[in-house]
Amino acid sequence: MLEIKDVCYERDNKKILNHIDLNIDTDKFVAITGPNGSGKSTLAKIIMGIEKPDSGKIIFEGEDITNLSADERAKKGIAFAFQQPVKFKGITVYDLLKISSGKKITKNDACSILSNVGLCAKEYVDREVNGSLSGGELKRIEIATVAVRNSKLTIFDEPEAGIDLWSFQSLIKVFEDMRKIVKGSTIVISHQERILNIADEIILLKNGKVDKSENKEELLGKVLDKPICCKLGGEKKNG
Amino acid sequence: MDKVDLDLLHEITDLKGENYEGAYNIRKNGQGIERKVTENVNIVTKKDVSGIDIYVKENTKFEFIHIPVIITESGLNDVVYNDFYIGKNANVVIVAGCGIHNDHHKDSQHDGIHRFFLEEGAKVRYIEKHYGEGNGTGKRILNPVTEVHLKEGATLEMESVQIKGVDSTVRETKGVLEDNTNFVISEKIMTHGNQYAKTIFNVELNGKNSSTKVTSRSVATENSSQQFESKVIGNTECFGHVECDAIIKDKGKVISTPQIVANDVNANLIHEAAIGKIAGDQLMKLMTLGLNEKEAEQAIIDGFLK
Repeated sequence: MLEIKDVCYERDNKKILNHIDLNIDTDKFVAITGPNGSGKSTLAKIIMGIEKPDSGKIIFEGEDITNLSADERAKKGIAFAFQQPVKFKGITVYDLLKISSGKKITKNDACSILSNVGLCAKEYVDREVNGSLSGGELKRIEIATVAVRNSKLTIFDEPEAGIDLWSFQSLIKVFEDMRKIVKGSTIVISHQERILNIADEIILLKNGKVDKSENKEELLGKVLDKPICCKLGGEKKNG
Repeated sequence: MDKVDLDLLHEITDLKGENYEGAYNIRKNGQGIERKVTENVNIVTKKDVSGIDIYVKENTKFEFIHIPVIITESGLNDVVYNDFYIGKNANVVIVAGCGIHNDHHKDSQHDGIHRFFLEEGAKVRYIEKHYGEGNGTGKRILNPVTEVHLKEGATLEMESVQIKGVDSTVRETKGVLEDNTNFVISEKIMTHGNQYAKTIFNVELNGKNSSTKVTSRSVATENSSQQFESKVIGNTECFGHVECDAIIKDKGKVISTPQIVANDVNANLIHEAAIGKIAGDQLMKLMTLGLNEKEAEQAIIDGFLK
C-alpha cells in the first residue's frame, strides 16, 4: 500500500536518508528501529508530508503523493502521532477528538475513544490539551487522536519518548492492543523491545540506509545486541 | 425595538428576543428604554448624572440582571454611570455589554463606568461583551471602566469579551480587595484592520488572604495593535496571578507591560506573559488531522479565545 522509492534527504552536508527503498503491505504492523540519528523520525515525517524529500517518490495506494501537503495526505488516509504531542491553549481533548474524527461526535463517543487508550474519560474530555497534562496523559491523547481517524496507514513516531518508565509500563498495554484499536497498516518508530516484539516486520535503519536482514529474530538480535532466545517469548514479562 | 436592535442585543447577551430572566434595564442611544425590577433587585435612575443604581437585597439567591446598551445613532457620544450595590451574601449574575451599529461617517462612542460595591460574603459573576458592526466609516469606540470593591469574603468573577467590530477601546479595571476576597478576571480580545485596544488592570490586595487571578488572551491581526498594562499590588499576605497570552498575525502588534508590587513579605505575586505567532507545530498537528492551513489557524484562534 505504501512504496518509498529512492528517497534522499540531506541537511548540513549530512545524508540523513540515503536512497531509501521500502514497501509497506496492507494490514501490516511494521516497526522501524535503529540508532539515534539514523533517520527514522525523518522518514516518518516524510511519509506524512511534514518534511519534503530532496529526491525520490512516495507512492500511496498506487498514487504519487510526494507533492501533497500533510492535510491532503491525511484526507487520503494517513495518520501521524507526534513524538512530542503538541499542546494547545484553549483547545480541549473533546475539541481535538472532534477535529480528528472529521465528523460530529458526542461526548459519549469521545469518552469511549479515551477509554480505549486507558484514560478515565470523564476526567479528561473537557480538559485543555496543555501543559497541565502529564507526558503519559498527552501520549495517550495523541494516540486517541490518530486512532479515531481509522486511517488506512497510521504512523507513530517514538511513542515511548518523553515518558517515564512507569507510564510506559501502562502505555505498552495500549500498544499491545493497538492492532485492535488502529485499523489498516501501522508503522511504529521505536527502540522498545516490547513494541518490536509485536511487530510483523522490523526495519532497521542505520546511517540513513535500510539494513536488510533476513527476519525479525535476526534483526532483534542485531538491534538489542543480546542472545535472541532472551528477547522473544514471554519470559521477560516483568522486565 | 427593531431587528437591528434585537440583533445587537443578541450579540452582546446571547439571548434572543426580549425575554430576559430576572431584572433588566435596556439603554438605547443614551436613554433607558425598558426596565424590569424584581422583589430582590431594584433599579433606580440616577439624578445627578446619566445612569442607574442597581440594588441587590442581601441573601438574594442566584438571580440574573441584564443591563445591555445599544447604540444605532451615528455621532452619538454616550457616557453612562452604573453603580451596583450587592447586599450581604447575595449571589447574582450580571450581564452587561455594549453593541454599536454604525452605518454612517460620524464616530459613535460609549463610555460605561461601572462600579461594584459588594458587601460581606456577596458573590457576583459579571459578564461583559463588546461588539461593533455596520458599514459606515464612522468609528465604533468603547471605553469601559470597571471598579470593584470587595468586602470581607466577597468574590467577583468578571468575563470580558471583545471579538469583533470595535475600532478603538481603552478598558480600565480596578479592584480593591479586603480580607478573604477573590477577584477573577478573564479577558478575551481580538482586533483586526486598524483597530486599537488597550487594557489596564490595577488590583490592590489590601486584605489578608485576598487573591486575584487575571487571565488575558488576545489576538492581534492585520494592522491592529494592542496594549496590556497590569499592576497588582500586594499589601499584605495575599496571592496574585496575572497571565497574559497574545497571538500576533500579519502586522499585528502587542505591547505587554506587567507590574507586580509586593509591599509585604507574605505577598505572593506571579506574572506570566507570552506573545508570538501561531506555533508551527500546532498548525502541523491540525493539518495531519485533515485541516488545511487556514482552517487549522482558525481552529487554534477559536480555541484560544473560547
